[in-house]
Amino acid sequence: MERNEILKKITEIARDVFDNDEVELTEQTTAADVEEWDSLSHLSLVSDIEDEFGITFTLAEVSGSKNVGELVDAIIKHMGEK
Amino acid sequence: MYTFKSLRKSSKQPVADGARRLAVLGNISTQFLAVAIRGYAALEGLPLSVFDADYNQIEAQLLDPGSEVYGFGPDSILLWLGTDKLYEEFLDLPLEARSGFAESVMQKITMYWDLIAQHSRANILQMNFTEIDDRALGNYSCKVDSAFVYQIRKLNFMLEEAMISRKTVYPVDLFSIQIRLGTEVFYDAPLYYNAKMTVSTDALPYVAKAVIDVQKALAGRIKKCVVLDLDNTLWGGVIGDDGMDNIEIGELGRGHVFTDFQRWLKQLKECGIILCVCSKNNEDTAKKPFEEHDEMILRLSDIALFVANWEDKASNIRLIQKTLNIGMDSMVFIDDNPFERNLVRQMIPEIEVPELPEDPALYLGYLQEQNYFETASFTGAGSDRTKLYQAEFERTKLMMSFESIDGYLESLEMIGEAKPFEESKFSRIAQLTQRSNQFNLRTVRYTDADIQSIASDPNYVTLYYTLRDKFGDHGLVGVIIMKKKNGEELFIDTWLMSCRVLKRGMEEYIVNCFMREAKNRGFKRVYGEYIPTPKNAMVKDIYKTMGFTEISENNYVMDVSKYEEKKIYIKE
Repeated sequence: MERNEILKKITEIARDVFDNDEVELTEQTTAADVEEWDSLSHLSLVSDIEDEFGITFTLAEVSGSKNVGELVDAIIKHMGEK
Repeated sequence: MYTFKSLRKSSKQPVADGARRLAVLGNISTQFLAVAIRGYAALEGLPLSVFDADYNQIEAQLLDPGSEVYGFGPDSILLWLGTDKLYEEFLDLPLEARSGFAESVMQKITMYWDLIAQHSRANILQMNFTEIDDRALGNYSCKVDSAFVYQIRKLNFMLEEAMISRKTVYPVDLFSIQIRLGTEVFYDAPLYYNAKMTVSTDALPYVAKAVIDVQKALAGRIKKCVVLDLDNTLWGGVIGDDGMDNIEIGELGRGHVFTDFQRWLKQLKECGIILCVCSKNNEDTAKKPFEEHDEMILRLSDIALFVANWEDKASNIRLIQKTLNIGMDSMVFIDDNPFERNLVRQMIPEIEVPELPEDPALYLGYLQEQNYFETASFTGAGSDRTKLYQAEFERTKLMMSFESIDGYLESLEMIGEAKPFEESKFSRIAQLTQRSNQFNLRTVRYTDADIQSIASDPNYVTLYYTLRDKFGDHGLVGVIIMKKKNGEELFIDTWLMSCRVLKRGMEEYIVNCFMREAKNRGFKRVYGEYIPTPKNAMVKDIYKTMGFTEISENNYVMDVSKYEEKKIYIKE
């Protein structure tokens, strides 16, 4: 799956989790850029991404990803392992 | 099972007014659980407002009478001490102190219970403990009292023992969920280290279900009756075709499956669930195994109502429901045949129709997982109501033989009794307030502890009623709770009656007694109110019928001096 496709998919998931259809994610987006993105909704986001792609993030990826780009990196890495 | 995602979505729905209130308190993070409970309640149509205290706030919240939790005015408080957190505390103790760990945790929990009783009228939902086996001593841990496995198992047992004497504490069996799902599914290590949550998002819906099941039972939403098909449900094969010698039942082969299923059903019956049969068969053929087959566990005496004919099952179930006089939503219909299940489901949407697995060996596990028979009370050996219903059919037969209802009532030789609440009856009274839906004027639900405090409160006048006749004892069938408005006036807070004793003059007897009680205590007026629910239309006009004066819609009054005792056939 291309990075762009992944970004599109997680944008959809984020809109759903944050209950906001106007959320636009780029590789540079951080939690601070989205009002609804707090620690709790972050965990929901991660859990839904895991379900969607059939992967499991490591603890460091869940808590340490600095921006959406790093999440995409992690998704690609885990999909490659499958 | 719902997914956590769908629970999260439905958790955002607004909560209706008058919802029950649940506060969640844990030594671990409870945020996701609160979301899951909210969502589950919404999807199950149970109005529930949930307050989630912050992480690890149990003591701060419970010690302070002005805390947010008490301020929320909860009906229930859910207490959750996560094993993962306890495990860390355990290892921080010096080795020699570890063998006293279970006792010290239990002391803490009892303190929480006492604090809650002191500062709030909430009942307590107490999570039991999941297990962690850290393999410190391998299998040998089981016999070393300073090992965690030893202590956590002891703690679960101590908790069970302590709850027996606490009427306001209701268990939530978290441990059983861990066993059912397996630790692999139940626990998510990254989630714990990330967010201090000890249950994975995949397991959360199961935990929410357990909490909601208890809440539903407390709200009176319980199952009372199981309607059973026979062929290939209670035994293997078709009695009409295969005959007595060839149906599968007993310890051999596939028969074992059905025998165990019957054992389980028999236990349900002993715990107060009514068993009925609804079968497409000739009645004589269908009854024969119950009467003559050596290896049947269930006997005719275990079946309250036996309906075997060639009518469609939906009509027969309606007949059973009418005869038992219970809500359709309190019935479960068990049938191996998908056609019959669909027909019944379509004709009677309120009834519960489990989608049984094809293999009879899987029936039991499937039904147990649904947890249909959650209850908020248990009255021990007196729970079995089958005989009561069987006596009722004898009465019906007798009634048919009389020309006038008066002659019939007189022949019943009824004896009634009305007494103020007393301790040995608290459980049964609370149970009736939780279970009665039809003959219940205001449908106020009370716990054992509520009844206990009402009984000792001088602002209340209480009466419980019993009735017996020549066919048997109905036991405690009526409850009156009157609250003093002032020195001269009483308000009927609760009037309920078991529908088993309808139309025998019990209604009149109840009014006679409470009006007499009001008079003896020097009150001048008694006020009554009817609060409509989807189920209690049958008592809409009861105050009017009893001669009360309507003062506004659904509100009535009776002057004590003007009340004339009604004629009845119940002797005291």
